[in-house]
Amino acid sequence: MTGFFVDFFSFSFLLRALIGGSLVALCASLLGTSLVLTRYAMIGDGLSHVAFGALAVAVAFSTSPLLVSLPVVMAAAFLLLRLSSSGRLRGDAAIAMLSSASMAVGVIVISLTKGMNTDLYSFMFGSILSMTRGDLTMAVALSLAVALIFVFSYNKLFAVTFDENFARASGIGAGLWNGLLAVLASVTIVLGMRMMGAILIASLIIFPPLSAMRLCGSFKGVTMVSALSSLVCFTSGLFLSYGLDLPSGPVIVLVNAGCFLLFSLIRFLRRAQDRRSLLKR
Amino acid sequence: MSRLLTLDRVGFAYDRRLVVSDLSFTLDEGDYLAVIGENGSGKTTLLLGLLGLKEPSEGTIGRSDALRSHRIGYLPQQIPEQRDFPATVREIVLSGRLNRHGLISFYTGEDRKAAAAAMRRLALEEMRNRSFRELSGGQRQRVLLARALVAAEGLLLLDEPVAGLDPIVSHDFYRLIRELNQSGVTVIMVSHDIHCVTRDSTHVLHLGYGHYFYGTTDAYMNSELVASYLPGRKNQPDGADQ
Repeated sequence: MTGFFVDFFSFSFLLRALIGGSLVALCASLLGTSLVLTRYAMIGDGLSHVAFGALAVAVAFSTSPLLVSLPVVMAAAFLLLRLSSSGRLRGDAAIAMLSSASMAVGVIVISLTKGMNTDLYSFMFGSILSMTRGDLTMAVALSLAVALIFVFSYNKLFAVTFDENFARASGIGAGLWNGLLAVLASVTIVLGMRMMGAILIASLIIFPPLSAMRLCGSFKGVTMVSALSSLVCFTSGLFLSYGLDLPSGPVIVLVNAGCFLLFSLIRFLRRAQDRRSLLKR
Repeated sequence: MSRLLTLDRVGFAYDRRLVVSDLSFTLDEGDYLAVIGENGSGKTTLLLGLLGLKEPSEGTIGRSDALRSHRIGYLPQQIPEQRDFPATVREIVLSGRLNRHGLISFYTGEDRKAAAAAMRRLALEEMRNRSFRELSGGQRQRVLLARALVAAEGLLLLDEPVAGLDPIVSHDFYRLIRELNQSGVTVIMVSHDIHCVTRDSTHVLHLGYGHYFYGTTDAYMNSELVASYLPGRKNQPDGADQ
């Protein structure tokens, strides 16, 4: 067992993947709590497909993937927020439209570029080798920004998430907060995408808060359990994939899904017990 | 009695269409104003204007100092998404105090005291740590009312607060509002329910399409307008239960 970890930590790329990935997973779960509760969860999924298209274009033109995909994804995030809040187009329809169109662009660009077939697979499903030094620096910066917001403006974030209309009436700029969340979610997706894969990155945003909501009835509880379960699922998934020689993204997603099922089971048992004790009385 | 709100020939546009125009009325401390009108008559638009979330397209709204700094206890219409929201009663009631905080938002001991007082006033103490999603519809509205009270002791602005509640629970809720009003809280309530609202209110604002009525509840009950909405009720003594 110790040999396994000695092996693991002797590879610097694995260490980078572990640290950078954990930070991304942490940010994704914290931002995800707000996104899931405000019914913007699908934005995460839509943005990851947009990021896929942008990434394909960046690789085809041999430019920096971050430099191209980050602004494109941010622009898409604002567009989606605008569309769903103005009510001109149904939010979910707008997301589906944008994500399939960018997916199509990505696949066509890849098929026009010669000798990229292996990359297509890693774009879609992620590769543990992709966490560069630059990515790691950005992951640290992102998690600092998210941590600052959660420490100092946690109560405001709660108010905007729970009741946007009341928050506005209290003088909180809800539009600004939604914009900020969208920007941070974009950075999270772009950073995590090459490791988790375009298809799978959204799971880091969606699974942990949903799992936490099975167990906790308070916003504080959901936020903390979501962050904790995301970290545990990510690290154990990463070790598991290394040990079993399986792709890391899908294993991490499955560990998250297992966590969701486990928490659902606990909730079910708890309710059954509550009902029984009610009947006894 | 001091004046809280003065509307002078105010108009609001929605989708570039004028939904409310030439509206003038005043609100004094201790008033209970019922805002009545059909869907699309501009009730919600007017509310947004009073909250300072929508600028009038014509006329002026004068506000007292307290109201200028977002000190309005607002109870919005419930949105379905809120029903399964994981938050405790205490978390929600405390968030009413955020209108007193800037960018950095830590709650102070004073905030906690105010929240505790509001929960006591509305008999929510026992369920303070329970989750909002486990409560009944009536309990949920009481929690949101406590949050509104915490935001502003002086003025409550309620948007269709009994929508979706059963008759007994609605009745209790109206009684609660009446008691709050009698203890000095100013109330503006938007409602469809002319019967119940006019029983307690001191003033009525009835928004129609292109016309409106504003006056005391007595004057409203004797007006032509009420006869068309409540046939058979005209000239009945005010406050009579049906």
